[in-house]
Amino acid sequence: MSYDYDKWLRPGKLPHIWCPGCGHGIVMKGLIRALDICGLEKKNTAIVSGIGCASRLPGYIDANTLHTAHGRAAAFATGVKMAKPEMTVICCGGDGDGTAIGGNHFIHACRRNIDMTYVLMNNHIYGMTGGQFSPCTPTGAKASTTPYGNPDPIFDISKLAIGAGATFVARTTAFHATQIDKLIAEGIKHKGMAIIEVVDDCPTTYGRRNKFRSVIDMMKVLKETAVPVAAAAKMTADQLEGKILTGVLYKEDKPEYCEQYAKVIAKAQGA
Amino acid sequence: MSSAKIEVIEKYCKGCAICAEFCPTQVLEMDAFVVKVAKPEACIACMQCELRCPDFAIKVHKD
Repeated sequence: MSYDYDKWLRPGKLPHIWCPGCGHGIVMKGLIRALDICGLEKKNTAIVSGIGCASRLPGYIDANTLHTAHGRAAAFATGVKMAKPEMTVICCGGDGDGTAIGGNHFIHACRRNIDMTYVLMNNHIYGMTGGQFSPCTPTGAKASTTPYGNPDPIFDISKLAIGAGATFVARTTAFHATQIDKLIAEGIKHKGMAIIEVVDDCPTTYGRRNKFRSVIDMMKVLKETAVPVAAAAKMTADQLEGKILTGVLYKEDKPEYCEQYAKVIAKAQGA
Repeated sequence: MSSAKIEVIEKYCKGCAICAEFCPTQVLEMDAFVVKVAKPEACIACMQCELRCPDFAIKVHKD
């Protein structure tokens, strides 16, 4: 039977604003399936985003949703989680929103290990504002603000998250649709900060400037460059050049922030 | 012969062609900017098109 996405969608909102072939729609469907895998209810689910193409996602989902200031999704989500620790809090946004403008909030949310899931759609560009380069635009790639090629090295979002202290870090691509829901669900079930990086395609502002003739070309590149972590363990550094490692990259158990903060409150109240 | 029925919601389809490209049995074809079900009998109900459509425009109904 076809999947019933409608129960998690706000009526009358489709078709969505994303361009033809944009992977954000695939990620949104994966997120909805993950909400069902975890058996979540609308009243106990909060989805928070910043600004950008990817950050339009909560507008389509019928749950408690917040569309906040640019880069501040993690900060608002921290507030929601602290006020209502029983809620499942999910952040979503793009690479520019999460790692540039909101980079500070991103790393400190990771450091605190607060129990939330951050779905970061990495399409290598600022799509909505006109294709400016982001910290995830590959070196040498063209953007509207780097017409001669980007001289900057990139952020590896997953390594950044691990370094900053996130306790569950996973990566997949928009092509690997069945993996998206599994990893997001695993992240939601994990007690602590979970980062799910979904390497995505932006045909409109990234693809056409970088010699991708179509969405299909971009999807094929995602398909061909993704290597599961288990397979990567048997490959040499040369073989892994330019590849994207997918799957669960890091997982550990550490004290969760809301629980630690509750202890502080109890202590201050003389318990 | 397949018992699956593919429903295309044309007002949602933006013609990206991801579904047609990754269909393992070439059931789907692009008709200008909208996908059409060209060979319904070849459908093996693998659900790949429904799963990959970014626009919620394809539903595969199977018994």
